[in-house]
Amino acid sequence: MSVTPEHVDNSGSFYVDGDPIADAKAPDVPLSQTWDQRRFDAKLVNPANRRKRSVIIVGTGLAGGAAAATLGEAGYHVKNFCYQDSPRRAHSIAAQGGINAAKNYRNDGDSIHRLFYDTVKGGDYRSRESNVYRLAQTSVEIIDQCVAQGVPFAREYGGLLDNRSFGGVQVSRTFYARGQTGQQLLLGAYQALERQIAAGTVEMYTRHEMLDVIIVDGRARGIVVRDMVSGEIETHMADAVVLGTGGYGNVFFLSTNAMGCNVTASWRAHRKGAYFGNPCYTQIHPTCIPVSGDHQSKLTLMSESLRNDGRIWVPKDGDDKRDPRQIPEDERDYYLERRYPAFGNLVPRDVASRAAKQVCDEGRGVGPGGFGVYLDFADAIKRLGRKAVEAKYGNLFDMYAQITGENPYEVPMRIYPAVHYTMGGLWVDYDLQSSIPGLFVIGEANFSDHGANRLGASALMQGLADGYFVLPPMISNYLADAPFEAADENHPEAVAVSQQVQERVSTLLSINGSRTVDSFHRELGHIMWEYCGMERTKEGLTKAIGLIRELREEFWRDVKVTGVNEELNQTLEKAGRVADFIELGELMCIDALHREESCGGHFRAEHQTEDGEALRDDENFAYVAAWEFGGDGGQPILHKEDLVYTEIEMKQRSYK
Amino acid sequence: MNITLRVWRQQNADTPGAMQTYQVADVSPDMSFLEMLDVLNEQLTLAGDDPIAFDSDCREGICGMCGLVINGLAHGPNELVTTCQLHMRSFSDGDVIDVEPWRAQPFSVIKDLVVDRSSFDRIIQAGGFISAPTGTAPDAHAAPVPKADADAAFDAATCIGCGACVAACPNGSASLFVAAKITHLGLLPQGQPERDSRALDMLAQHDEEGFGGCTQIGECTAACPKGIQLDLISRMQRDVLGALSHRR
Amino acid sequence: MAISGLVLVGYLVAHMYGNLKVFAGQEAFDEYAHHLRELGEPMLPYEGALWLIRIVLLAAIGVHIFSAVTLWRRSRAATGGKGSQRYASSKAPRGSQRSYASFTMRWGGVVIILFVIYHLMHFTWNTIAPGGASDSPYERVVNGFEIWWVVLSYTIALLAVGFHLRHGVWAALASLGANTSQRRRRNLNILATLVALVIMVGFLLPPFGIFFGLVG
Repeated sequence: MSVTPEHVDNSGSFYVDGDPIADAKAPDVPLSQTWDQRRFDAKLVNPANRRKRSVIIVGTGLAGGAAAATLGEAGYHVKNFCYQDSPRRAHSIAAQGGINAAKNYRNDGDSIHRLFYDTVKGGDYRSRESNVYRLAQTSVEIIDQCVAQGVPFAREYGGLLDNRSFGGVQVSRTFYARGQTGQQLLLGAYQALERQIAAGTVEMYTRHEMLDVIIVDGRARGIVVRDMVSGEIETHMADAVVLGTGGYGNVFFLSTNAMGCNVTASWRAHRKGAYFGNPCYTQIHPTCIPVSGDHQSKLTLMSESLRNDGRIWVPKDGDDKRDPRQIPEDERDYYLERRYPAFGNLVPRDVASRAAKQVCDEGRGVGPGGFGVYLDFADAIKRLGRKAVEAKYGNLFDMYAQITGENPYEVPMRIYPAVHYTMGGLWVDYDLQSSIPGLFVIGEANFSDHGANRLGASALMQGLADGYFVLPPMISNYLADAPFEAADENHPEAVAVSQQVQERVSTLLSINGSRTVDSFHRELGHIMWEYCGMERTKEGLTKAIGLIRELREEFWRDVKVTGVNEELNQTLEKAGRVADFIELGELMCIDALHREESCGGHFRAEHQTEDGEALRDDENFAYVAAWEFGGDGGQPILHKEDLVYTEIEMKQRSYK
Repeated sequence: MNITLRVWRQQNADTPGAMQTYQVADVSPDMSFLEMLDVLNEQLTLAGDDPIAFDSDCREGICGMCGLVINGLAHGPNELVTTCQLHMRSFSDGDVIDVEPWRAQPFSVIKDLVVDRSSFDRIIQAGGFISAPTGTAPDAHAAPVPKADADAAFDAATCIGCGACVAACPNGSASLFVAAKITHLGLLPQGQPERDSRALDMLAQHDEEGFGGCTQIGECTAACPKGIQLDLISRMQRDVLGALSHRR
Repeated sequence: MAISGLVLVGYLVAHMYGNLKVFAGQEAFDEYAHHLRELGEPMLPYEGALWLIRIVLLAAIGVHIFSAVTLWRRSRAATGGKGSQRYASSKAPRGSQRSYASFTMRWGGVVIILFVIYHLMHFTWNTIAPGGASDSPYERVVNGFEIWWVVLSYTIALLAVGFHLRHGVWAALASLGANTSQRRRRNLNILATLVALVIMVGFLLPPFGIFFGLVG
C-alpha cells in the first residue's frame, strides 16, 4: 500500500461534529425477518379513515408515481406534483438497461440472499444491511406487479420472461424491455396513477415546482410550490409529505440527467432540518458520448455492453493527431488491457472512468478538447463480421452516429465518462422517514440502498420498491397517529414560508446583473467535475470549496434573470435551481474532503493501493455521513450512523 | 454556420403571437437544434430580451417533452427523431429556418413554443391502463405471452406522448396516440377484461378534447419519432367495432 | 363514412357496367335501361327495384355527406379552421408523404355532388337535353356526348371521382380495420389506385367513344 490510511481530521474547519445517529425503526430480529416484523408492528389506518388523511407527493417518477398510485388506490387523499407537463415525463423514463429481481427463473442459483449480497458488495460496504435485504425481498413482487400492469418485458419463444446478466454478476436476474426498460416501467406506474386521478383519489399538479417545505410543530405538513405557468406561489397542506424528486447529478452541469432534474426539493428540506446522507457518493458512467463543444447541454449514455467487444485505447503520443485508422498498432496504448490484464476492458465502471480521465489528463485524449478515448470495434468486426456486430450493437451505433455524425463501423467511437447517478441523498430511517417527522424520501432522492456505488439495474428496482411496497405501509403507520394539530394554508408557519419563497423569487428577479444563469451553472459544473469528480484530493476539494463560495457570492450579486414572476419564466426556474446546486456543491466537497478513504464512486487520490485501486478504511469510515444544515454562513454538522454488518463480511475488491 | 431563424413568439395564451426573425452566428454543426436555441437564448438574455420559451427535458429522445414544428414539419426534416435529436448538421450555412409550436385546438399555446398537452393525460385517464392494484398481482409467469404479441405490444408501447402525430395531422387528430395505447394493452392477456371499454372510452375522450377525426392520410406516422405504424389505427377501429358489437 | 362510401363504390361499378353496354348498340342499351325498371317484377312493382336502389343510394349519399360535414367541422375546429395550412411556414406545403388525392377529398366531393345533380338533370329527369331530347336513353347519351363541352364536363367530374376514390377506397378499408401491417398498407393503396383507375377509365370510355365516333 502506497499510502497509510489514517484518520486525520484535517478538514475540521469546514464542519463540526454532531451526535451520532442510528436507525431506530428496523426491529432487532434476524435480517430475513426484519421486514415482516416491521410490517406486523406497523399501525394500520381503517379504510374509512383513509380519505380523511392527506399526503403530498412530489415527483412522478418510478418512486413518486408508484407511491401516488398505490396510496390513492388505498384510499388516501393524495396530491401529486411534478415540474414537467405530464407525470409520464419523469426522468426514470430514460433508464435503458433493466431491473433486477431475485426470481431465480433461470434456476442459476439466484436468491434473495444473493441479490442482497451482490448489492452490499457492489455498494462497497457503505449501505445499511437491513434496507438492502428488504430491497432484495421486494424485488420479486415488483416484477409481478409490473407484468400485471401490462409492462411489455422481453419474452422468450415459450412466452415466459427473458432475463439477462447485467453489471458483472454471475446470475441472470435482469428483466428488461429492449433498451427502454425505464420507459416501460414508468408508463406502467403512470397509467396506474392516471387511473387514480380519474377515480378522484389523486389530485395531479403538473408544471408545479416545489420551492419549500412547511414544518408545523416539528412535523412536515405542507409545501410551497410555484405554478410555473401563472407564477402563482401556492401553499398545499397535508398530514405527510413525500419527496420522490430524484438525484442531483446536474450539480455537474453536464450529466446524463434531464435538463430539469434538480435538487431544490431535497435541498430546501435539508435547510429545514432533513439530514443529507453521503452527498459525495456519485456514480460516473464510463461509456458516454463525449462533449462536442461549449454549447453542450447534456450527455448521452451508451450501454456499457459496448465494452464487451470494443477495445479502448489512446495514442501513445499525445501529439499524434492522425486519423485513428492511420495510427499503427504499436503506437496505440490499450491502457486498460495493459494495466488490468485479467479484466481488460471490462473493469468496473469507476476504474474504467478514472483510467480514461488519467490518460486525458496526460494530454493523450482524443476528439474536441481532448476529452475522449477511442472505443474501437475494428477487431470485433474483423473477428465476428460486421453483421454480427450490427445485430448486437446496431441501435447503439445508430444513436452514436445520430449524435456525432460519425460512422462507428468505419471510425472508432469516442467515449468519455459522465455523471449519471447519485447514491447520496436525504438520510432516511428504515421507514424511509427523514430526520423530519412526516417527511418521507423515496427513490434516488434518498441516500438509498446503494452505499457508495450502485449496481447496474438496481435503480429501477429501488424506485419501484420504495414507491409500491415500502413507503405505503410505513406512511400508513405514521398516518395512524393523525390527526395532528390543525394547520391550513393560513397557519403562521405556512404564511411565513410562503413569504420567504416570494422574497427569494423577487430577489432573483431584481438582481439584474451581467451573467446568465447558465454561465453560473456551467462554471459550477466545471469546479465540481474538476475537483469533486472521478478523482478527489484534499488540495482540490479545499480549493473547490473556496471557488464555490466565491461563485455563490457572485451569483447573488451578478445573476441576470429576465422577465417577471407572473408568467412562464424558464430563466427564473433555472435560477432557483442553480442557487441550490451551488449550496449543495459546497456540501458535497466538504463530505468528500472529510471522507479520508476511497470507496465505490468516491475516490480520494491519497487513498489507493499500489495498483491504483480504491482503498477503504473500514475502521474509521464504515458509517453514513448524515449532514445537518448549520445555517447560512454556519458550518454543517456531521452525524455519523455506524454501519454494522452482521451477515456479510467486509472485503477488499480487486480486478487485477 | 450562420442561421436565420423565424420563431413564433407569443406572450401567453391570451395574446396573439407572430413570427420574429433572429440571426444566430457561428452555429456548430455538432450542436443539437435545441442547443442552438440555448445559445440564442443566452444572447437574448444578455441583451435584456425575453428568451424563447420551449419545452425539453431528457434531450435524448425518450421523455416526449420537446416538440417543435421546424420548416412546417413536426420534429423537423429527419425521420424517426425527436427535436432534441435533430442536429444542426442537417442544415446548411445561410438557411432560414421556421420554428413554430405544435398547433391544434386542444394544444393551446402557453408561451412561445410551449403548448399544453394535458389532454393526452385525460385520454389515458379515460381508459389507458390495466386495473392492477398494488399487491394483487399473481406470479409474473402465471400468464405466458406469445413472443410475437409481446414484441408487437412493446412496439406500440414505445409511444412517448409527444404529440407530433397531432401536430402533423391535417385534421388535428390524435388517433395514432390513442391507437398506440389501445394496441399495447389490447395485445396482452392482462389487457383483455377492459379491452372494449378502453377502446370506447379513450376514443370518446379523444373526441371530447376536440381532436379531429382520422382520414388515413398518414402524416402522423411519418412524423412519429418512434415509428408507430398507421395500421395501429386500423386495429383501434377493429377494437371499436368489436366493442360496439358486444354492446347490447 | 367508410360504409356509405363503399356502398357508393359498389353502385358505381354496376353503373359503369351498364354504361359500357352503349358499345353493344342501341338495342342492348335501351333494353338494359328498360330492364332496370322491370327488375324484380312481378314480385316488385314497375320501377320497384330501381326505387329500392335509389333509396339505398340516397341514404348512402346522405350518410356520406353528413359524415363528411361532421369530420370536416371537427377537423376545422381542431385546427383553427386551417387544416394543413395552420403553420406560418410555407416550406412543407405537401407535408412529408401525403398523396395529392388526399387533398382533394372535400372540395372534390363538392364537385362530385354538383356533377351528380347535373348528371341527373341530363339523363334521369331530362330537364336539360344538350344535343337533343329523345325517348331512347341510347340516343340521349349519344346526342349529349357528341358535344365537346359535355364531354369535358364529364371528364372533369370523373377526374374528381378518380382522385376521390384513390384516397377514399384506401381510407374506407383502413377505417374498417383492413390495414394490418405496413405491407397491407401498401397493398390497400395499390388496390385503391386500381379501383380509381378502372372506374374512371370505365366511365370515360363511352363519352370518348361517342365523341370520336366509335359508337353509333
